[in-house]
Amino acid sequence: MGASRKRQSYDGVVLAAPVTVPYRRYSKDSAHWWIGRALKMLGDAARLGAADIDGFVVSSFSLAPDTAIGLTQHFGLSPRWLDHIPMGGAAGVVALRRAARAVQAGDADVVACIGGDTNHVNSFRDMLGSFSRFSQDAVYPYGSAGPNGSFALLTRNYMKTYGATREDFGRICVAQRENALSFPYALMKKPLTLDQYMSARAIAEPIHLFDCVMPCAGAEGFLVMRESTARAQGLRFVNVLTAIERHNAFPDDMIQYRGGWTLDIDEFWSMAGVAPGDIDLLQTYDDYPVISLMQIEDLGFCAKGEAKHIVRTHKLTVDGTFPHNTSGGQLSVGQAGAAGGFLGLVDAIRQLTGAALGAQVKNANLAAVSGFGMINYDRGLCTGAAILASGGSDG
Amino acid sequence: MVDALRPPPKKHPTRRSPVATPPPAPRSRTGIFFTAYAARGEFRLQKCEACGAVAYPPRDICAKCWSSDLVWTPIAPEGALVAETMLHTSTTPYFRDRLPWRIGAIKLAGDGPVVVAHVHADASDGGDVRVFARTDKSGQGVLYALPEKDTENMADDHALREITCDPKHRRILVTDARTPLGAAMAKAALEAGAAKVFLGVAQKWKPFDGQEALLSLPNTEIAPLDMADADSVTELAASIGSKVDILINTAQFVRPGSAMNRRDLVTARDEMEVNYFGPLRLLQALGPIMRARGADGANSAAAWVNCLSVFALSNRPAFGLTSASQAAALSLSQSARAEFAGSGVKVVNAFHGPLDDEWAQPLPPPKVAPEKLASDVVGALRKGLEDVCSGDIAKDIYERWRENPAVLERELALTNLAD
Repeated sequence: MGASRKRQSYDGVVLAAPVTVPYRRYSKDSAHWWIGRALKMLGDAARLGAADIDGFVVSSFSLAPDTAIGLTQHFGLSPRWLDHIPMGGAAGVVALRRAARAVQAGDADVVACIGGDTNHVNSFRDMLGSFSRFSQDAVYPYGSAGPNGSFALLTRNYMKTYGATREDFGRICVAQRENALSFPYALMKKPLTLDQYMSARAIAEPIHLFDCVMPCAGAEGFLVMRESTARAQGLRFVNVLTAIERHNAFPDDMIQYRGGWTLDIDEFWSMAGVAPGDIDLLQTYDDYPVISLMQIEDLGFCAKGEAKHIVRTHKLTVDGTFPHNTSGGQLSVGQAGAAGGFLGLVDAIRQLTGAALGAQVKNANLAAVSGFGMINYDRGLCTGAAILASGGSDG
Repeated sequence: MVDALRPPPKKHPTRRSPVATPPPAPRSRTGIFFTAYAARGEFRLQKCEACGAVAYPPRDICAKCWSSDLVWTPIAPEGALVAETMLHTSTTPYFRDRLPWRIGAIKLAGDGPVVVAHVHADASDGGDVRVFARTDKSGQGVLYALPEKDTENMADDHALREITCDPKHRRILVTDARTPLGAAMAKAALEAGAAKVFLGVAQKWKPFDGQEALLSLPNTEIAPLDMADADSVTELAASIGSKVDILINTAQFVRPGSAMNRRDLVTARDEMEVNYFGPLRLLQALGPIMRARGADGANSAAAWVNCLSVFALSNRPAFGLTSASQAAALSLSQSARAEFAGSGVKVVNAFHGPLDDEWAQPLPPPKVAPEKLASDVVGALRKGLEDVCSGDIAKDIYERWRENPAVLERELALTNLAD
């Protein structure tokens, strides 16, 4: 078999109308309600209705027994392009990629991309117990700690291998909390100091309380359309310079210390025509801070094992030298199930269109967005990343 | 180093006993194969017949070559603890009640996969470990990692005690202590650190061989028990039911003969009475009490042991009707195992060949000495096994039965012709 063909560009396709349904710790509403609220906000933001939105992609853990198709009837949509993306933390980037190609190919004009979940009091436990077959057979019976247990093991290994310390993880968490203080929907409203981070109770050593996200209910969404459509609707928009995804990379690594990004990273940057130093803000998937460090490395912002230097030498806040997870990320906003895979992407669209809900990154023109998801057995299987650029000046 | 387990304090009379909650039980159907091997102490994983890759977690397709020809193969126990964590939170009540809890990622030696396992307190991070498979309190297969070499008090690790039924500090009921088997069982349990052995004796005014020697052992006590008498069983349950942590049923009624060389049902009724109805009465009277005490501290109820002729698995025509009653007893044990599931009480079947006693007197060796069966039962309890074979005949028949039950039936019929 010959070499892969070069990826085609995403020219002419834009993202617009970033929306967030304000998060709640617990909700008695269904996932259908949360996703439906996001759809309504998308329609209102773009002044489009069911007749205009002819593509729909959804990502959710708590929709059972429904999937995307059930939602079409529930919401009165008749799309000519429909997808359901069960990829958790990578769902936002994957939705973007698929929707963008559908619009490029003419299979759809306007695609609504939504990630959303509810959180009943028992939802999280119920989801963990039946998360995957491999987890059911080979992880959950061992302490039933959910992702805390799995990430504790790989965090321990990462620290041993690369010399990262708890303080390094703490720097990520503390900076994100500062970002979150101006983000209106963040569930965490109190400042966090490094001392507080360090003295928090152990959850699954070396993971402590502030390394963990809080499960909650919420939804995030955006629209994918042709640039001409966005201009016609008077929407501010961003362009997609490059996007990758990869699943189950490096199955023979004893324990996860890298993700699938590294397999495609050269093409990722060459397709974008920019370099890591050009990026104005980075949104990593932060289910645990070690994963953010892993992404900083695997996306090429530094060499493997060197992310600790980045977090030690840079200010990671919105007004800092390395703006990272501008809304506060899941660590401070909350993890609304599959919406967690959209959170950074949606806020990047806001930042690049000058529409930040909280603090605004100055002169933000380029954002890198990354996703990571689905601990099927012992490691996250899905990875994805994209680079977004501010759209036209009349936006 | 694990501290030596201390004898549990006397129970507070008004405090609620902890309710047994199960660790997560659901498994894929393929995963149940792992459990079935683990229950008899075998650590097997799937090995691809086409490419030789060892697969884990249990699956249906080889991830290396896409073959579906995956065979459950014994796996060497050696491994290295790549990373470990001490859990301080858990979503299930079972683990919440037992925190902190240690787990780790272990790279099995050679081309073995990485497995997540429970980890003994004395195993060192980065060090070598020994991995074995056993059933947990849900009766489902799990992996456990021991330190590379035995350590002092190793068996007392709190997580290890969860998957074993160690007699140490536990109280044992031997249902029929009149026989050499009963006496041997009592001695073996005491040697293993049992806090007390209740000696089940029917018609206790009738003395039996070795009675004085048995009662002179420390921590033994006669428990009047006539398993053929429902009132006697009920009285036993009322008097000591809440103190029985391990029940070992040693009562047996073995007679030669098959249907056509007996003229009535008298002996068959006795066989069923002792081998089937007796255990059933015990199960009805004591089972619910033990099931409620599966999480009751260091001396929780832990095991229900049946000593079963291996010919419960497949009929031995020369003892055709005793075999039939043993088959009933085996089926009863399966029913009991399902009823005890999740309670923390394991049903242990100790399959044995002919015992070296009066009823097997004309049979050729090998025969099983009562002391041998007793030490195998105690060994199974210490290891947390649910199925164990004692003696060469039992092992031989069990292997043949596993290989092909239909062939074994034909083989046993042929031995009858030869007899």
